[in-house]
Amino acid sequence: MTYNVILAGVGGQGILSIAFVIDQAALAEGLYFLQAEVHGMSQRGGAVQSHLRLSDTQVYSPLIPQGEADLILSVEPLEALRYFSYLKPQGVVISSRSPFVNIPDYTPVEDVYREIANGPASVLVEADKLAKEAGSLRAENMVMLGAASLYLPLQEDNLKKFIKILFKSKGEKVVETNLKAFELGRQAAKK
Amino acid sequence: MDKIILLGDEAVALAAIHSGLAAAYSYPGTPASEIMEFLIRQPGNGEKYVAKWCVNEKVAMEEALGASFAGQRAMVSFKHVGLNVAADPFMNAAITGANGGLVVVSADDPGFHSSQNEQDSRYYGDFARILCLEPANHQEAYDLTREAFDLSEKFGLPVMIRLVTRLAHSRAPVAVREPRGKNQNPKYGYGPDWTLLPANARRRYQELLGRQKDLKNYAENCLFNELSPGEKGSRSGVVVTGLAYNYFREFYNRLALKPAFLKIATYPFPEQKLLKLIEQIDELTVIEEGYPFIERFIRGVAGLPGKVIRGKMDGTIPASGELTPEIVAKALDLPVKTGLSTGDFRLPARPPQLCPGCPHGDTYKALNEALQGYDRANVFSDIGCYTLGALPPYKAIQTCVCMGASVSMAKGGAEAGVYPSVAVIGDSTFAHSGLTPLFDAVYSNTDMTVIILDNGTVAMTGAQPSFGTGEPLDRLLIGLGINKDHLRVIIPLPKNHQLNTGIIREELAYHGLSVIIARRECIQILGDKKRS
Ligand code: SF4
Repeated sequence: MTYNVILAGVGGQGILSIAFVIDQAALAEGLYFLQAEVHGMSQRGGAVQSHLRLSDTQVYSPLIPQGEADLILSVEPLEALRYFSYLKPQGVVISSRSPFVNIPDYTPVEDVYREIANGPASVLVEADKLAKEAGSLRAENMVMLGAASLYLPLQEDNLKKFIKILFKSKGEKVVETNLKAFELGRQAAKK
Repeated sequence: MDKIILLGDEAVALAAIHSGLAAAYSYPGTPASEIMEFLIRQPGNGEKYVAKWCVNEKVAMEEALGASFAGQRAMVSFKHVGLNVAADPFMNAAITGANGGLVVVSADDPGFHSSQNEQDSRYYGDFARILCLEPANHQEAYDLTREAFDLSEKFGLPVMIRLVTRLAHSRAPVAVREPRGKNQNPKYGYGPDWTLLPANARRRYQELLGRQKDLKNYAENCLFNELSPGEKGSRSGVVVTGLAYNYFREFYNRLALKPAFLKIATYPFPEQKLLKLIEQIDELTVIEEGYPFIERFIRGVAGLPGKVIRGKMDGTIPASGELTPEIVAKALDLPVKTGLSTGDFRLPARPPQLCPGCPHGDTYKALNEALQGYDRANVFSDIGCYTLGALPPYKAIQTCVCMGASVSMAKGGAEAGVYPSVAVIGDSTFAHSGLTPLFDAVYSNTDMTVIILDNGTVAMTGAQPSFGTGEPLDRLLIGLGINKDHLRVIIPLPKNHQLNTGIIREELAYHGLSVIIARRECIQILGDKKRS
C-alpha cells in the first residue's frame, strides 16, 4: 500500500501543521513516509504545496509522480486545481470552499467549484464557517484535516492525539478549538 | 533507538550534536536555515555547544575555523551562494587543514526555489581538494554527517556536506545512534601549519596534494558508494548521485531488465567502481541533481569509445532545473503518466508577494512617487522580502544580484551617470555586506541615496535576529561618517506617505551621499510577539 497526498494552499494557511499531524500519526502506526515541503520565498502569500507519501514499504521519491496522487487536500479551492495533473483517475479532491483572494485575476469562484466538480470524486467543505463555529478562523486547516481523515489510511485517534500535541503549548482552549474543528470537518465530509 | 521525524537539515544538525559538536555558525538562507534553527532550539544549546547566527557566511566560516584550531568539533552551514561569500576562508581552510573536526554544509537550490542561481557546491569541494559527501536521503544525511566529523579528524581536513532543497526540506523518520562527547583536553593547531606565509602554504599545499590518494582510497571503499550488478542480459548502466538515487529507485522495480548501477555519495568519487560499471555496459545514463559534474568527468573530451553516454549534456535530462520523477522516468525509457488535466480552464498564477501591511510596500510607494520626473534614475536593490518589490503593483526596483550589491552597484552606477542612483537594502543584508561598500561611498561622498529598510529581522528566511537594526544602526551610520543632515529616518506607514515622499525627494535632490532609514517592524514578527 502506498497512499500519496498533495497538500495545497497559500503560504501562511497552515498546511505544514496538517503535515505535522499526518507525519506523526504515520510514524506511530509504523508506516514509512516522506514529506516534501516548501520554505522560503513562496511562503510569502504564494502557492505552496507539500507532497506526502505514506506506505507500508520503503518510499523513495520525495515528489509524487504525476498521475499517482490518491488525494489532493487543499485549504483553498483554486489551489486544489493547480495539482490536478498529479491525481490518479480514481483519486479524491477534498477542498475548502473559501477562496483566498490575493491576486487581481482570481477566477470567478463558481467556475472554480464547477471545475473541481468536473474532476474525479470531490468534497467541498465550508471550512471558514466550521472553523468559526469551532472557535477560530485559524483552525480552517484542522477542519480540512478532519474532512480528509475519512480517507487517510490512519486512525482517527492517532490524528487527534497529535493535534493535541501540536497545540499543547498554546493552551487548553486552542487544543479544544482545533479538536472541534477536526470533528466538524469530519462530520461535514460524511454528508 | 526510536526513529525521529526530521527535515534533512535537521538530520544534519542532530548528527552534528551527536558527533560531539562544540560550536556551530551560520547565516540564514534557504534551504539551509533550518540547520541552525534546530541547533538553537535544542536544550543542549549554550550548555553543551555554542550555536550562533553570524553577520555573514565568511564570518561564520572563520569562526568555525577558529573553533577547529582550538581542537573542538565545529560546523558551519549556509546556502550555496553563501559559500561564495565564505569562499576565501573555505579555500584556505583546505590548506591550514582542520584540527578539531570541521564540517562545512552547503545547501544547493536546484530549480531556483529561493535563490538567484543554481550553482553546484560539489565544484567547490573539488576546487578546494577536500572530501565532499552527498547524502541521498535523511538517514544518510545523519550517517554521513557523523562520518564527516570522523573523516575530518582522520584526514586533518575540513569535510563538506552537500545538500539540495528536496532533501533539506523534506521530512522522514531517522534512526539515530549513541551520541559521543566533545573532544577532551584538546590541543591547539600547530602554528606553522596555520600561518599561511608562502613557505608554509607551499608545504601545506603539498601535503594536501599528498592526501588526495587517501581521499580516493576512502571513496573506493566507502559503503555509501554502492555498485550493483545488472540483471543477466542487460548492457545498460546508470550512475546516480545524491538525491537522484531516490527517483531512480522509485522506478527501479518497474524496469523490465534491471541495469547495473553505481550510487555515488562521495567526491572524489570511486573511479575504480565506475570503471567496473563501464566494463559491463554499452550505454550509460548519468543522473545528478545539479550540474553534470560526474557526467563531465566521464565524457572528458573523448567520451567512452563505442559506448553511449546519456545525461544532462546530450539533452536526455534538462540541463537546468530540479529533477522530477517524470524527468527520471523518461531518462530510464519508462512511460510517463500525465494525470488529470484541467483542460482550457484558466488557472491564474499565485506568485509570492509582500504581506498585506508590510512596511516595504509603503516605502516603495513613497519612493516611486519621489522618483517621478527623473529620467535617468535607477533603483539598485538587494536580497530579502523587499526583492518582491520588483513585481507589480510596485515595480520599484531594477536589480537584485547578491548580498550587499545594491550599495556598491549604486555607487558604480552613480559614477557612470545614473541620477538619482538609489540603493535599497534590508537591515540584515546591510550588516551582512552593505557596510563595506557604504564606507567606500562615504570616502568618495558619492551622489547617491541609500535606503535601509529596517524591519528588525531577517524576514524572508523566518525571522532570525538582525545585527544592524534600531538605534545601534543609527550610531553605526554616524560612526561610518554619514553626514547627520543627510541621515534621515522615516516611518513607512500609509498615513506618512506625503511626509515620506517629501523626505525622499529632498535626499534625491541632494548631490552627495544620503542615507534614509525606513523603520517599521516586519508585521509577521509583530504578529508573533502579540500572540506569544
Ligand atoms: S515577512 Fe515581514 S518583511 Fe516580509 S513581506 Fe511579510 S511583513 Fe514584509
